[in-house]
Amino acid sequence: MSTLLLLLITGVGLGALYFLVASGLSLIYGLMGVLNFAHGSFLTLAGFLGWEVGRRVGDGTWGGLLAGMLVGLVVGALVAAVTELVFIRRLYQRHIEQVLVTVGLGLATVALFEGIWGTDPIRIAKPAWLGGTTDVLGASVPNDRWLLIGAAAVVLGLIVLFLRATPYGLVIRAGVENRTMVTALGIDVRRAFTVVFAIGGAAAGLGGVLASVYYGQVSAHQGTSLLIYAFIVTVIGGLGSLAGAAVASVLVAVIQQLANFYLGGTGDLAVVLALAAVLLVRPRGLLGKAAAR
Amino acid sequence: MSQDRPALHLDGIGLQIGGARILQGVTLEVARGEMVGVIGPNGAGKTTLFDVISGVTTPTSGRVLLAGEDVTSRRVHQRARTGLGRTFQTSSVFPGLDARENVRLAAQAKLGAATSLWRFPRRGDDATGVADRCIAEVGLDHHAGTAAGVLSHGDKRKLEIAMLLATEPELVLLDEPMAGVGSGDVAGLVEVIRRLHGSGRTVLMVEHHMEVLLGLVDRVAVMHHGELLAVGTPDAVMADPAVQSAYLGEPV
Repeated sequence: MSTLLLLLITGVGLGALYFLVASGLSLIYGLMGVLNFAHGSFLTLAGFLGWEVGRRVGDGTWGGLLAGMLVGLVVGALVAAVTELVFIRRLYQRHIEQVLVTVGLGLATVALFEGIWGTDPIRIAKPAWLGGTTDVLGASVPNDRWLLIGAAAVVLGLIVLFLRATPYGLVIRAGVENRTMVTALGIDVRRAFTVVFAIGGAAAGLGGVLASVYYGQVSAHQGTSLLIYAFIVTVIGGLGSLAGAAVASVLVAVIQQLANFYLGGTGDLAVVLALAAVLLVRPRGLLGKAAAR
Repeated sequence: MSQDRPALHLDGIGLQIGGARILQGVTLEVARGEMVGVIGPNGAGKTTLFDVISGVTTPTSGRVLLAGEDVTSRRVHQRARTGLGRTFQTSSVFPGLDARENVRLAAQAKLGAATSLWRFPRRGDDATGVADRCIAEVGLDHHAGTAAGVLSHGDKRKLEIAMLLATEPELVLLDEPMAGVGSGDVAGLVEVIRRLHGSGRTVLMVEHHMEVLLGLVDRVAVMHHGELLAVGTPDAVMADPAVQSAYLGEPV
């Protein structure tokens, strides 16, 4: 019983990490139809820079971690906004070229990161409490899971508040449904593109810093490997659906944890099978809208 | 906008896609406050002409002038800001947003200064106020909180017109406003269009529902194979033998 509980809470924690990456992917695809394969690099860069700043502020202290998270948010937002303005904007509605450019960016930046920070993962220090565990009904839950779950919940709450309650959020929700009509109303929807990229990048950047806490290291490939799961989450949840991404994040991570423990380390296989099953039964994903536009 | 210039002036509009001539030599002036119906068989180029006027499609020759101003090279949202409003053939409401949000979005587009887009709206602020007024004007106030996707077809059309009203357009393009509307809703919708026009707006309307169209418009423009075949009062155009043979196939 306590093992199952541990696996579930750990799964939700990992799901929180997936969500931080997938929320941006899903919003960006929903509004612009762009599959952003460079999203993992936003995460990795934020992870490295967050760590560089964090260890100077106070290695292994809460102050250092908070500074790192803040840096991650800002770096993620800036890099994503610049990517949109410099690369994506010129390739508006040219989806093949967009994929080629973002894949290229993803590969080139990983090589760049390896050049700067080396090919080996760097172990990082974290606040002592995060290395400990909390007893929940007999299950010893690693404390860093609470940080992940809390951060993802705050990010989800803020994005939902932004989308539901601000005029800009209304423009973005409408743009996800029908971009042409938003333009016909006299709204320059391209500005919303930059905003959505920046929000998605900020979430990914925060995810990058928290991923380094979760794995206890930063590496040039962290973003790429998380991106694969984030894409699976986004497809299962339904491309363009934030709620779908939230549900699917937890679902995928919990399935992965359970299969890894009970079915002899077959977590990744189980995730891919879940993806195939969802695509067969509901090609648009759990909460996806019409795929074609 | 100047008073004496026509609200819309199409000057020799031509459009070729590949080798195909979609539009050819379309010249039309629409006076301020006039309501003009555009008719013609399917594929005659009516919706393409609307696309050219609103800026979705750029013509290969000719000019589009709004109130005397050449807007041929302007983008869709720029033309919309100069007072051009449009509905589409297929319903173009945002199904996931409720009716009030749909109209508020349109009002925001009209009012929208970039900075104010970040502010949290309060009830009674400009955009929300405009939204409530426009929704009441088309008689949808009891559905303000309903998701647009579940409204009846006629109500969706009314909602589109409420969105148009919120952008305070001078020139309105209506693309088949009666399409798919149940017979019970037609009278109400005609009333809404009449009111839209009554407040001094210029209206250009594509509509297959001839009885409705002929009863509403000042003039009719007939399109055939991408060209303007005839323009005139409903009576004159319907009596034109060229129109009868090309469009109607038989005398009416």
